[in-house]
Amino acid sequence: MGEVIVVTSGKGGVGKTTTTANISTGLASMGKKVVMIDTDIGLRNLDVVMGLENRIVYDLVDVTRGDCRLRQALIKDKRFENLCLLPAAQTKDKTAVQPEQMRELCEKLKKEFEYVIIDCPAGIEMGFKNATAGAERALVVTTPEISAVRDADRIIGLLEAAELPNPLLIVNRIRPTMVKKGDMMDIDDMIDILAIDLLGVVPEDESIVVSTNKGEPAVLDMKSMAGQAYRNISRRITGEDVPLISMESEDGFLSKIKKFFGIQR
Amino acid sequence: MDFLERLFGRRKPTSKIIAKERLRLVLVHDRASISPQVLDSLKEDMLDVISNYMEIDRRGTEVTLNSDKESVALIANIPVIGVVGRNKRGVRI
Repeated sequence: MGEVIVVTSGKGGVGKTTTTANISTGLASMGKKVVMIDTDIGLRNLDVVMGLENRIVYDLVDVTRGDCRLRQALIKDKRFENLCLLPAAQTKDKTAVQPEQMRELCEKLKKEFEYVIIDCPAGIEMGFKNATAGAERALVVTTPEISAVRDADRIIGLLEAAELPNPLLIVNRIRPTMVKKGDMMDIDDMIDILAIDLLGVVPEDESIVVSTNKGEPAVLDMKSMAGQAYRNISRRITGEDVPLISMESEDGFLSKIKKFFGIQR
Repeated sequence: MDFLERLFGRRKPTSKIIAKERLRLVLVHDRASISPQVLDSLKEDMLDVISNYMEIDRRGTEVTLNSDKESVALIANIPVIGVVGRNKRGVRI
């Protein structure tokens, strides 16, 4: 039996889809059988981030309505045989899917795949309820900004209410130089405020833009810092104990030394 | 003041510290899910009860939520003018 993991954030634009694409590809590159579900009905994006936009025939709504078989809607990845995408519908109504249907779908998929990774839409309405309905574990993506952390806090509360306790945090787009100057919240600050465990830290990295342009997840780019961070996160998801890489922990370490010496800046 | 602070080497808080403080305060309200309207009607009700016992300055009253690291506190600052039924020197009237 596989595991169903939902990637959420509350706020839009913090990197849910990028994270979904990268950890799914990361897990697939480790030989795991993985399926991604894009639940952002009307605003589908995971297909373009994965470079699979030209292969879509059926979508999530077709599957839940019974207009096609599940197998017909699953798109095979270009790079990995063991990686599939179930795309969101682009033109259909947001209310076309119900939480109960998502639960059934996840049950079916986890019989066949080791990991079912769900890309949750922004917001806390129907899309969020659908995305979390069949999930067993949740990842919360945030960036070091007040608005994103505030929304993450709300999402963590909603996840607990939806009986998805102990979500794990991914801090995206951290800029070590700004953290050093004291102009960006560091990892310790965010963990302190949100009071959940950290799964990983992804630095701001131009290679993400380049890889999204090409439709090739950065996790496969051995020179990319963000890619390295996503490789580590993928390994941690499988239960491996991977220490934070220097780029990830440097700031925490530096800030601790500075705190020790009472230096603010 | 600013000059003195700079002279003694105390710098302005970094923007990160400002962000953290603002975030903390916003989350206190979010987590308590108490809207300003609810806080206001709570304040009015509280003042009504207190008025039965004390003469208070309703306008000078402040009711806010505050947080330490772990707990949230309701802080009320209510100026007392006198006790109902007694004069300023405490003599029953």
